[in-house]
Amino acid sequence: MPTSNGVAVRAERVSRHYQMGSALIRAVDDVTLEVRAGEFLALLGSSGSGKSTLLNLMAGLDRPTSGAIFAQGRNLSELNPVELARYRSRTVGMVFQSFNLLPRMTLEENVELPLRLAEVDRAERGKRVADALERVRLEKRLTHRPSELSGGEQQRAALARALVNRPSILFADEPTGNLDSATGESIMELLREIQQTLGMAIVLVTHERPLAERFADRIASVADGKLVSDGVKP
Amino acid sequence: MKAGDLGELALRNLREALLRNSLTTLGVAVGVASLVAMLSLGVGLQEIATKRLSNSGLFDTVFVAPRLNIRGFGRPARATSAPAEKPRALDDDARQEMERLPNVVEVYPQIRFPTEVRYAGIPYSTIVAGVPASARGNGSFEGMQGNFFSAPDAEEAILQIEFAKELSEQASSLVGKEVVVRYAERQALGPQSRAADSASGEGNAGAGPGFSIIPREKKLRVVGIVETEPAAGFGGFGSGRLLIPLEVAAALRAAQVNDLRDVVRATSSKPTYSSLTVRAKSPSQVEAIEASIKKLGFSAFSLLDATRNLRLFFTIFDLLLAIFGSLALAVATLGIINTLVMAILERRREIGVLKALGAADRDVKQLFFVEAGVMGLLGGVFGVGMGWLIGRGVTWGTNLYLQRQNLPTAHVFSVPWWLVLGAIAFAVVVSLAAGLYPATRAARLNPVEALRYE
Repeated sequence: MPTSNGVAVRAERVSRHYQMGSALIRAVDDVTLEVRAGEFLALLGSSGSGKSTLLNLMAGLDRPTSGAIFAQGRNLSELNPVELARYRSRTVGMVFQSFNLLPRMTLEENVELPLRLAEVDRAERGKRVADALERVRLEKRLTHRPSELSGGEQQRAALARALVNRPSILFADEPTGNLDSATGESIMELLREIQQTLGMAIVLVTHERPLAERFADRIASVADGKLVSDGVKP
Repeated sequence: MKAGDLGELALRNLREALLRNSLTTLGVAVGVASLVAMLSLGVGLQEIATKRLSNSGLFDTVFVAPRLNIRGFGRPARATSAPAEKPRALDDDARQEMERLPNVVEVYPQIRFPTEVRYAGIPYSTIVAGVPASARGNGSFEGMQGNFFSAPDAEEAILQIEFAKELSEQASSLVGKEVVVRYAERQALGPQSRAADSASGEGNAGAGPGFSIIPREKKLRVVGIVETEPAAGFGGFGSGRLLIPLEVAAALRAAQVNDLRDVVRATSSKPTYSSLTVRAKSPSQVEAIEASIKKLGFSAFSLLDATRNLRLFFTIFDLLLAIFGSLALAVATLGIINTLVMAILERRREIGVLKALGAADRDVKQLFFVEAGVMGLLGGVFGVGMGWLIGRGVTWGTNLYLQRQNLPTAHVFSVPWWLVLGAIAFAVVVSLAAGLYPATRAARLNPVEALRYE
């Protein structure tokens, strides 16, 4: 759910450093960024710029070296592992470049997985899985395994899995990176449609400026771990 | 995650790597089977030993003698013994009192006397012993040639095999034949004691002013030949080579060795026994009965300490068998650890996905834990089955060998319920312990690194 002041998630002077041998890698360096409820934000940057690290921090998959990330009025850095897992489960949805569907499960089972983790009643699950798959237009592929689907279909299934717990923020890490341009575009259109119909915030990580300019409400550019620009599209 | 979902996911994961998980489970099963086989062998042997020994009467028997007798052997009276307790005569009143004690099955006197047995006109010296009817269920008479006495008062005899061989080279041909037993009948002197003697009906009862010895003969039909020398405890009919029913032996009123001693130490006007054998329902009640008899004012002995030592021996024996049996299970434990660690490497990305979708460390840990537990449970169930089959096989083989050696068959294996349930529970616990390290390692995986893993 969005916070009362209309902010979905806010990173405040966040840094994430790694020690690689004797070198200190500043993957994210003192970044302050606010994602407003319901907006479509693109995090633009080249490979290794730190945009994915920033996304992981905001999605609660990683903890910052310093700084704070606020979501729903709580500082993620102060949450214990169980609370952080609950944040990932109930507040956040994630889509990855390589889809990350579990190959041994059918689409239906893959989409049901977050519901199992969130301990949603069995009776309610079937309907929610069907709704999510209908929204991405895969309602006829329930019993198929990921290997039986095209790349675009797999990403749509991953999108259904991200939506099924009705998150307030959807993080998409290069969701079109493994798709041809036409399929990638259809995925972007689907993301846009979902953002508009469900009213959730979307944070899209991409290195493709045209895609960001075409679909996002706002573009924040990242380079060398720092936020270099942040603004509403002209 | 809810328990049902956890179970479903764990089973699905186990099914996916079916061959590897089956082999791991088989490893657990072999381990459990070896443990069950070893322990059931121990239990089986213990049951055989306990049954044989309790049948032998060594451990459910209390041997009773008058206190007077014991002092008579030259032992000084113990200063600590209660002075108020006068030594009591071991007479019929005392016998009935003992019969009324709780858990006492029977009380009988020991009758054993030297005789001359005539067969085919040739005399043979031997010892006759009276056998109580209850000895029919005695392990000593299992597998005997012929039969046990047809009735408690039947004029029949059972020969010990060595003695039978003395009588005839074809020992088995003696069954159904008649032998003549020559013995010394004791007749009390004086009308009063004569009446008392015959009233008691017991051959061993004969205290009084004195007795005379008259040679007698008795024809007995041989009904059986017993392989081993039956031993009904140190107060029983052990070392008798010609066995006759106790009632018959009593009716013969044959002179016994202790008669000479009793006649010079007559303290009671009533007939007395030199000793009585008291049989308990089970060895566990012997201690209480022994104490009660001592309270009545008699000396009582049992081989209880020997049963305690036997239990101690089997406890150590079982422990050693369990340790050897557990070695295979220990190897199987390494198999589980190996399989689950491999699974972590293979499912690294999957663990990352689960965490990204909201799985807590605890969920991942439990998932691996349940997988280990299921392998343990299945391995335990199969293992118990395998152990049981091994036991059946060994019993079959052993009995085949015993039959060829003309020995009675025996159940060398015993798989009691506690062993079945205990082995399965042990397999689950050991598997969970084996799963602890992999599960903890899986739970600690960093999701960002796990998702990056190809």
